[in-house]
Parts: sequence; C-alpha cells; structure tokens
Amino acid sequence: MGNLQVKAASKKYDVIIVGSGAGGGMSAYILANAGLKVCLLEAGPMFDPAKNITQLKKPWDSPRRGASTKLRPFGDFDASYGGWDIEGEPYTTEGDTKWDWFRSRMLGGRTNHWGRISLRFGPKDFKGRSIDGLGDDWPISYDDVKPFYDRVDKLIGVFGTNEGLVNDPDGFFLPPPKPRLHELLIKKGATSAGVNVIPSRLSILTQQINKERGACFYCSQCSRSCQVYADFSSSSVLVKPAMATGNVDVIANAMAREVLTNKEGLATGISYVSKDDLQEYSVSGRVVVLAASACESARLLLNSRSARHPNGLANSSDVVGRYLHDSTGASMSGVLPHLFDRKRYNEDGVGGAHVYSPWWLDNKKLDFPRGYHIEYGGGMSNPSYGFGGGIESLNGKFLVKGKQKEAGGYGKSLKEDYRFFYGAGVHMAGRGEAIAYKDNYCAIDPNVVDKYGIPVLKFNVKWSEYEIKQAKHMKETFKEIMHSMGAIVTSGGDDGPENDYGLASPGKIIHEAGTVRMGNDAKKSALNKFSQAHDCKNVFVVDGGQFVSQGDKNITWTILALSMRASEYLVDELKKQNL
Amino acid sequence: MDRRKSLKAIALGTLSTGLLVDACKDSDKKVIEEKAIPESNVAGNLDRYPAEVEQYKKITSYTFFTAHEMATITLLADIIIPQDEISGSASDAKVPEFIEFIVKDMPDHQVPMRGGLKWLDIQCNKRFEKAFKDCSLSQQIEIVNEIAYPVKAKPEMKQGVAFFNRMRNLTASGFYTSEIGVADMGFKGNAPNQWNGVPDEVLKQYNLAYSEKELKECISFDVKK
Repeated sequence: MGNLQVKAASKKYDVIIVGSGAGGGMSAYILANAGLKVCLLEAGPMFDPAKNITQLKKPWDSPRRGASTKLRPFGDFDASYGGWDIEGEPYTTEGDTKWDWFRSRMLGGRTNHWGRISLRFGPKDFKGRSIDGLGDDWPISYDDVKPFYDRVDKLIGVFGTNEGLVNDPDGFFLPPPKPRLHELLIKKGATSAGVNVIPSRLSILTQQINKERGACFYCSQCSRSCQVYADFSSSSVLVKPAMATGNVDVIANAMAREVLTNKEGLATGISYVSKDDLQEYSVSGRVVVLAASACESARLLLNSRSARHPNGLANSSDVVGRYLHDSTGASMSGVLPHLFDRKRYNEDGVGGAHVYSPWWLDNKKLDFPRGYHIEYGGGMSNPSYGFGGGIESLNGKFLVKGKQKEAGGYGKSLKEDYRFFYGAGVHMAGRGEAIAYKDNYCAIDPNVVDKYGIPVLKFNVKWSEYEIKQAKHMKETFKEIMHSMGAIVTSGGDDGPENDYGLASPGKIIHEAGTVRMGNDAKKSALNKFSQAHDCKNVFVVDGGQFVSQGDKNITWTILALSMRASEYLVDELKKQNL
Repeated sequence: MDRRKSLKAIALGTLSTGLLVDACKDSDKKVIEEKAIPESNVAGNLDRYPAEVEQYKKITSYTFFTAHEMATITLLADIIIPQDEISGSASDAKVPEFIEFIVKDMPDHQVPMRGGLKWLDIQCNKRFEKAFKDCSLSQQIEIVNEIAYPVKAKPEMKQGVAFFNRMRNLTASGFYTSEIGVADMGFKGNAPNQWNGVPDEVLKQYNLAYSEKELKECISFDVKK
C-alpha cells in the first residue's frame, strides 16, 4: 500500500456546494445563473428522471411486484437510491432512544421521490415562542421570506388555491385537479366533523410553465420521478438547468469528509472520498455551501475540527446537532362500504391527494401546542405486492353482493370478493409540529466510523408529552371523520397510551430539521439570518439544518425559499468583496 | 416539448431518446464524472442501482422450493384462484414462479411456507396415506375446507389456517399484479391521460356534485373525443 495521497483539483471554484437536493439544487441554480463557478458534490450517482425510469412500468415489470426492499424501502418502483439502512454507512442511537434516518444517495437526493407537498410556512410558524413560550422565534419573519416563496412558486410551479387563511398563506398557484370520489366523500365527512378540507398544494405542473418541462399526464406516480419533469425534482428542475449555464461541475459519488479551513479559520474547500475508486480528493473554493441534509451537514461540521474550531466548524455555540426534530405522524385506515363493488375508471390523478386539511383549531383550547395537517389517501390504485392481503378480515364482515359469506375461503367466490372490495379503502395521516428541544440531538459517535473512515452520528431524540398528546388528538379526529363519512376503521384504531397513540418514532416522517439553526445570538445559534455561519463567514448551510422550527408544513418549500435567499445574499457579499 | 408530443412519446416509449436528450447535450459535457447506472437484466428494464443488480443476481442464482413443493404450491394457488368466466387461473398468471421469487426476496416467508407445506403433507398422509399433491381433488378440497375458513376452523387446524392465509395472500399478490390479474380487476390507470374529475354517472350514483368553487378553480379538459 502506497502513501495516502489527497488529489487536489487544480481548478479553483467560487463556491463548493455539498449535496444536490432541494437546498443544494437551488443554490447551484442561483449561483450558476449569477455567473459564479460552482462545484457541486453529490454522495450518490447521477440521476435523470428522463433516463432512469420506473414510471409507467407495469406491476409485473418488477419481479417483486413493487414490494419494498432494504434498497428501496418505499417499493420497487420508488425513485430513491438509498434508504434507512445503507450498507457501510451506519448510524447509532443512545440507549433506548429511537431515530430512523432516511438518506437518498443520488443527484437530486430525496426530491426525486418526495410527496411534492409544497406548503409555505405561515406568519405564526416563524414566531412560535412569542405565541406559546416554547422553542424559539426565528430571526426572520414571514415577510422576509414571502418574496422568495413567491419566486419559488413561479419558478418551480405548484398547484393549489388562494383561501385567505391566516397561517396558510396564499401563493401563485396553478389550478388544482378535481377531487377524486373518495376525496369528495372525505370532504363531506370531514366538513361535517368540523375539519376544513381544501385543494392540496403540490409542486406538480397541471399546466406547462416552460419549454424544458412537460405538463402532468396524471399517472399518480410522482414518487417514481417524472420523465417529462412535470413534478419538482431538484435533479431535473434545478441542477440540470444550472449545469446548462456551463458554470457547474457536478462530481458524483463524492462523499464529503471535512470542510477544509485555513489558519485564519476560514473555509478553503472540501475534502471527499470518491465512492468509485476510494481515493481521497479535495476541491477548493472561496465559499462553501452545505446542503447535505440537516443531519449530514451537522455531521460534516462536527467532523471539521481544527485549532480555530476545536468544537467543530461553526460550533462555538455548541448548538450544531442540537434542536433536531422531525414532524409528528400518526395514521388510520378504513373501508367505505358505499364504495364496495364500484364502477371502474382511471382515477390515478396526480401523485398525491388532491385535497388536504390545513390545521384548523385554536391551541388555547387544547392540551398541546402547535398544529398538524391531514393528508388523505384511498381509491383504485395500481395493484402491487400486498394487494388483497387480509381479505379474510373483510369478506366475513360485510355482505358481498348481498350474501353473507364465511371469512376466508378460496375459488371463484374469493375472486368475486377481491373484485368487490377493490378501491373501497380510505386512509388518513397527520403531520404535525414537534417542539425543537436543545436536548434532542445528534452528535459524533466517539467509537464508530463508516466504511470510508468518517465518524458517524449518534442520535439522542425523545418525543415529549406534547407530541404524544398531538398524536392522541389526531386519532380522535380521524375516528370522527371516519365515523362521519360512514367508513369502518380497519387499522390504526386501537392505539393508546401504551404505544404513544401510534405516534411514529422520530425520523420516520423524514422531515428532520434544526441541527444548524439560525439566530441573531451567536451564542445560541450556528447561523445568522442569511444562513451564514456566525463563526466562519464563508460557510453557509441551506438545507433543513438552518430551521429554528418547522410548523406543520412539510419543509421542502421553505428550504427552497431560504436557499434562494441565502444564495442571493452570498452573491451580493462576494460582489461587495465581503467574502 | 408540447403536451401532445410528450404524451405520444411516452406512449411509444421513445421519450428518453427524444427531445429531452437534446436539451441536455450541452450540460452533459460539463459533468466531470458522470456515473451511469449499468444496464440490468431485471425484468421490465426497471432503473436499478448496482446494489440492486447484485441482489437480483443473488436471488435468481438458485432455486428454493423442491419440485414436490412447487407442485403443491401450484395446486393450492389454482384452488385459491381458479379460472372463471372473467379470467384465468393463478398458474396461468405464473403465480407459482412469483412465489418462488418472493420467498427468496423476503426470507421471512421461507420457514412458514416450507413448514406449512410439510404440515399439509403430514395431515394428508395421516388421513389419506398420500402427500397433498397425490390426493384426489375431493380429498384436497376436504383438507382445504378445514384450513380456509379462519373463524370456523377447529383449534387443532390453526397452524394450517395460518399457512393457508399466507398462501392466499401470496397468491392474490402474484395474481392481481400480473397482466391477467390487472385486467381482471379492471384497473384502468397507469397510462397517460387527463384527469377531468369523477365521471358524471358516478357522481350521480353517489348523489354527489362538484361545487361551483371546485368547477371554477380546478383544471378541466375538453372531453370531446
């Protein structure tokens, strides 16, 4: 074995970006269009939804008929490369705490398969502490971010409706698709249970917005990534046009090891290991932008120790890795007897629900802070592994074409049952805001490294009573809606205090945020209000790490807006020679 | 690319070699190290990453069930899903081959399937002095009737019930995700189209109507054919 040599790229960049998801993709797009020379590092392979196709494949094109594997946890057609458990890239947890960490290793990251739920934060979501005394306020307000949300809406495209809701702001929306049958029934049932139902807000193009991207053709398969780019994936919508400027070099399969710094403590570039040849490389630039995901960016900072930054880079405050929080989640499924034996037609629609329920209550009257929204599902979906599973718990319970049958069975009678019950399912899931606590954190595990020798994260996160009470409230609401619409609950109806009312373990909802939070006080935050490190002015973090809190709004749209804002600030600062 | 062209291209399966490729030629030159995913031999040419190609090769490099077990699985699958006036049988839809694949892909099925098949043969042997596959149809149905109905099954048959539930579920998974099964179910989706809302006659059937607000704000398409 020869000497360990680090191959330094001779090209000097203006900016090195780590990660190509929503935050990194937007940053690359803004910086490249401003004429800066950018190097974009991605820990996975190249990916182009127009070339790497699972969309519109038939169920039988998958030998496992769409079932999930460790390598595709959301099913065999899902667009994500990676998962909860990546070979050679472990993470650990403290004691009996739980954390599930989903990583997509590919150009565009998790935006290739995400739910496209594109919700702006509202004014209250930036000022939680002022409202209920919990957590902290952001150093910025809705008015600071609004112009960027407006531009993200127009640049990327999102459908929805202006409803004039105080904390679910209006935007620039494409027309939404009409509700499906079960969604009309949900709307009726939920409305009479006092729950507001409005059109979803999803970044899917119901109308074409430019020549590079097509319009939606309603296959409901956004999770497979769209070959005409009719939904938002960072790979197709941001990185690709950024590369077309000629100002961006993408280095795929590059696993960042450290942010390199000089004697003055300023960043000079990134060292990384190539997953292709396992050799060590470095790239240098005037500014470093981290967008590796909330936890990976924190890991990278904590692993970038130096004499000037002994506690890790940008971490004199000791907050890096802290305030880690995910959305709360709980769900319930049922069947709608009036949909048994239903007429068949194509009701695929877009990839996701056409309606949802934004938070509708006043917390002053509740025993938990902050809210949740409800996502709905159901209908005649594409058959995949698990189809018809558990028929024995349905076909003895309900009359089939007027006949009482014995549960279970086989033969022609059973085939009739499968046809009879198809498309009658209905599903609801709550996604709520957890409080970001200082004591919920990820830190470097002193004993464990990954297969590249990079120290890994150890998680220490626990739900508080607030999140558990929120889940309890979700379940009560779901039962009311199910009852009101005449549905029979089939799963998720029996949760109680023994299992925290079905509250998903932290990390499961894949909305992790808060680990490199922004703030005005450098002792209590890692970044200033422009996502720039207090301790190291030429380092920015533009992913979910910078969040102080996350409302009950899926975080992607805010990552995009904040990354746009930070990147334009970065361009200005470079022009002013402040960086 | 306009909508009509893109729909046509998708229908013809030519999209990936069409316009979109032209659009990325320039940018491709700028990629320092483009890492293409190797072509895989997975059915349907699904996009796969290298670890998946490896996994697929591993799974398909050996056979799990013996010929005796496969014959039993085939008989059971066709009892569960026989041919009827609408569609073919489980074996017409290659359900046994699917079950062979899936138990290797999901090892948790292996012991219950192998053990359940053995349990069934032992029961048949006690009663008819033959393995299940060598029993007459009426003997096979006699034993199936005792494990196919979870609520009324006798306590001593519960292990058989658990096996038959699993076998029923795997058969349904394999059948209704096959070309024959998808057609049987009448699934109309997974094809480019324009969603124009619930068909009028269905709205009528459920006494529903879109509201003025919905009709005004939602996208709609001309339905003339």
